[in-house]
Amino acid sequence: MGLLNFLKKIEPDKEKSPMLHTVYDGFFTFAYAPNTVTKGGVHIRDGMDLKRTMVMVVIALQLCYLFGTYNIGHQHFVALGQHTSFFSAIHLKIAYGLIKIIPLFVISNLVGLGIEFFYAAKRGHAIEEGYLVSGALIPLIMPPDLPIWILILSIAFAVIIGKEAFGGTGMNILNIALLARVFVFFAYPTTISGDSVWVSGIAEGVSNYGWWHMGFFNGIFEAFGWTLFESGASVIDSFSGATPLSLAKAGWDNVLLHYSESEMLWGAIPGSIGETCKPFILVGALMLIVTGIASWRIMFSMFFGAVVCSLLLNAWGANPFMEVPWFYQFYMGSFFFAMAFMATDPVTAASTDRGKWIYGFLIGFIGMIVRVLNPAYPEGWMLAILLLNVFAPLIDHYVLEGNVKRRLKRAKVAETT
Amino acid sequence: MKNGITKLAFLIFFLNFAHSVTAQSSGEGDPSNYFIVSLIAVAAIILIAVILMISDNLMRIEAKQLGVDDGIVNYGLFPKINDIFRSKLPKHVKGGKVFFLKRGHNILLEGKPSGNNIEDAQVSTFALQPPNFIGMSPIPKVVVEKGDEVKAGDVLFFDKKRPEIKYVSPVSGEVIAVNRGAKRSIAEVVVLKDKEMKYRDVKPFDLEKGSREDLVAYLLEYGAWSMIQQRPYNIVAEPGVTPKNIFISTFDSAPLAPDNNTVVAGRGKAFQKGLDILNKLTDGKVYLGLDANSKHAPSEVFTNAKGVEKNWFNGPHPSGNVGVQIHHTASISAGDKVWTLGVQEVITIGALFTEGRYNSERIVTLAGKELDIPKYVKTYQGANVKDLTADNGSFENVRFISGDVLSGQSKSENGFLNFFDDQLTVVKEGDYYEMFGWLLPLKPRPSVSRTFPNFLFPNQKFTADTNAHGEKRAFVMTGQYESMLPMDIFPQHLMKSIIVNDFERMEGLGIYELSEEDVALCEFACTSKQPLQKILREGLDVMREQG
Repeated sequence: MGLLNFLKKIEPDKEKSPMLHTVYDGFFTFAYAPNTVTKGGVHIRDGMDLKRTMVMVVIALQLCYLFGTYNIGHQHFVALGQHTSFFSAIHLKIAYGLIKIIPLFVISNLVGLGIEFFYAAKRGHAIEEGYLVSGALIPLIMPPDLPIWILILSIAFAVIIGKEAFGGTGMNILNIALLARVFVFFAYPTTISGDSVWVSGIAEGVSNYGWWHMGFFNGIFEAFGWTLFESGASVIDSFSGATPLSLAKAGWDNVLLHYSESEMLWGAIPGSIGETCKPFILVGALMLIVTGIASWRIMFSMFFGAVVCSLLLNAWGANPFMEVPWFYQFYMGSFFFAMAFMATDPVTAASTDRGKWIYGFLIGFIGMIVRVLNPAYPEGWMLAILLLNVFAPLIDHYVLEGNVKRRLKRAKVAETT
Repeated sequence: MKNGITKLAFLIFFLNFAHSVTAQSSGEGDPSNYFIVSLIAVAAIILIAVILMISDNLMRIEAKQLGVDDGIVNYGLFPKINDIFRSKLPKHVKGGKVFFLKRGHNILLEGKPSGNNIEDAQVSTFALQPPNFIGMSPIPKVVVEKGDEVKAGDVLFFDKKRPEIKYVSPVSGEVIAVNRGAKRSIAEVVVLKDKEMKYRDVKPFDLEKGSREDLVAYLLEYGAWSMIQQRPYNIVAEPGVTPKNIFISTFDSAPLAPDNNTVVAGRGKAFQKGLDILNKLTDGKVYLGLDANSKHAPSEVFTNAKGVEKNWFNGPHPSGNVGVQIHHTASISAGDKVWTLGVQEVITIGALFTEGRYNSERIVTLAGKELDIPKYVKTYQGANVKDLTADNGSFENVRFISGDVLSGQSKSENGFLNFFDDQLTVVKEGDYYEMFGWLLPLKPRPSVSRTFPNFLFPNQKFTADTNAHGEKRAFVMTGQYESMLPMDIFPQHLMKSIIVNDFERMEGLGIYELSEEDVALCEFACTSKQPLQKILREGLDVMREQG
């Protein structure tokens, strides 16, 4: 209780400094569930609240963070031709990954939450928790070498234009995390497309480490007698950095020349930070389904839609990409990540059960079309989800109209009998 | 639509199939052979499926024509998917339709009375509260003054808008207060009960010979009319209306709700009489909703009731809500008016005839963990909270609720039970801070969310308090309300249409079919802590004023 008393004592005045109070309130309600009691309406409330909901998603993402961090380092060293076995030089790969991912994560949350705090204070609202999830998702869907200033710009754009302009958490039409990514995608395409951006630290062709690597971590590793970071190693000739999806344009056999099936399944391939390891994503997806936080309907129908579309493409088979067997389509790219964490965002998805089936199916179907039939965009889920985000209210509208019509029909039947 | 999907699936299947066949044709073997054999196989499968489907349909049609298809037994060839998953029905469920409601949730709380014993409560003051009657003008005409002596059944006040409906005293005694609330509205008319009850004389009424108009006038005159509620809006029934149907739910599935089998014991005659009267009031039917959940058969008063249509409801709360039952039996469309009554209200109406007096006797459950002994007590309508809970616990920082914890109304210690309530719940106030309470709760709490381990222990009972467990937020989660309301209604979209005052949408999405108690469970489960009952009531009020 000592801490509680202390926190209560330092509470800023709401009238005099609303900004400070909002921030304080945000952190205080994080530390302590508030003492508000029910008033009017129900007298007891479910133990579930939005904080818990959001944090559950963040927890479901943790395995992706774990693997993503490691994979940044792993891909980096594979490109240099060093420690190419997955489990060699684990400490170097983790250290390298951490140096990359921590700034992304910290900046993402600082900028996004900062904007949220600002608008919450301005509106006199409590801080809504929506950004907790967006802030955790955004680093995972970016390439590891994304310049920080671009990250800041994209998040500011997504949160201000995509969310606050519409009224804050719960009101946005487009998925915030994807909006940030699509901003980078169209404004700074060279940082997020092509073959060379998905592997960290190879842009100059030579490894070039900074103080954190050479000073901080090398110092620690030296004490243990482990292998050290060495600047000056150059990228091996045979390395291209191409993702399986860009290789698949020349057919599945071409993909297999570079990556084995198990590498693709487990995620030891270049790509956005969190998207590569399918089993870990599915563990997160399963957690969300079991806890009932994400809609299994959307996940299932999106999978189904992608399967149907790839079967159709298989049957058509006009080019080598179309002939990639349908189940191998799921070994490549970010399908599962988009399915588990992006399409299921409750605010931007369809809100009726029947609408969710349609919404998910169309994402799966259209996303696969973009992936396979459009040479300009190697992956389709981002665009497909944003497109269906826009159409979700329309889908819901028709589902609701159906409900209204059913009710009218019932009334008519009742009248005639 | 369905046909289209089948065709599409078949096309995809066929295309891939053809694909692999043509692929094989480049290799060895006779390609046409594969193709023909597979075609024959597919044709054979389709043929068998068609035969099975036709015979299944024929059996169903036959059963329907013979009139044996009562909706309980499946006469088709295949088991219905629902049959496999739904819970087994108890044996005593027979006669009438059965409705299986999947959605909803039972909130199990500590503090239910252990036995069926009914004690006499020593309550000295009773009150009739105008705010209990929705739509009544805030300042009704009070016809008694402080200090007047009244008998049970004497008129206390009436609504100036509808003066024919008389609101009568539940007990005999002295009017000791006419308390006023905000803006001089009448909050309660309090009567100090005599030791010996004196009843107002009631002229006998011949149900066989009397006309409907006479019956209505009779019920109005003796105060029994106020027992009848009318939907939409849950107002006291309009005397000029002939209701489409009348609905009575014989069980209450709300948390800690009284067991109506206990309530009705020994009062079967009055209940049946009440049903007979109601039958005379409607051109439609009187529907009785029976409990198909319990292992024990409902009281014979219910199962043997005559002149009524019986429906069984299987499923979690809110299956006992009359609104949910109406939705499944004969739902309310725009313009429809139906009446609903509670079991004890029916008994009071019946007692007017069987006993010849206005008998507002109520069996009330005193429930909640904060009470020393939760129990059933016998008292009258509008009993004083303090008297009811006397010597039954030391109440510090608790909330007295007239009704259940979901849709009840909070009362002060000196307050009175509401007119239609037969339950007093006492719960602890939850005005405490909890460190990381939202993430790592220190003690178990009821929840429908599977982020708590609750769903692994379906029979676990909880102690609940009034902490809100979070703050109000915008609507974020979807599908949550739908899973708590077993009706073909989209509560979240309805709520949004109410907030933006879209009348057409409200009507279209079925606002007439709902009352506060139906969305109470949605409100409990709401992640965003939205006040759904309040929103719905505002919507209903707006619609009522629009006419």
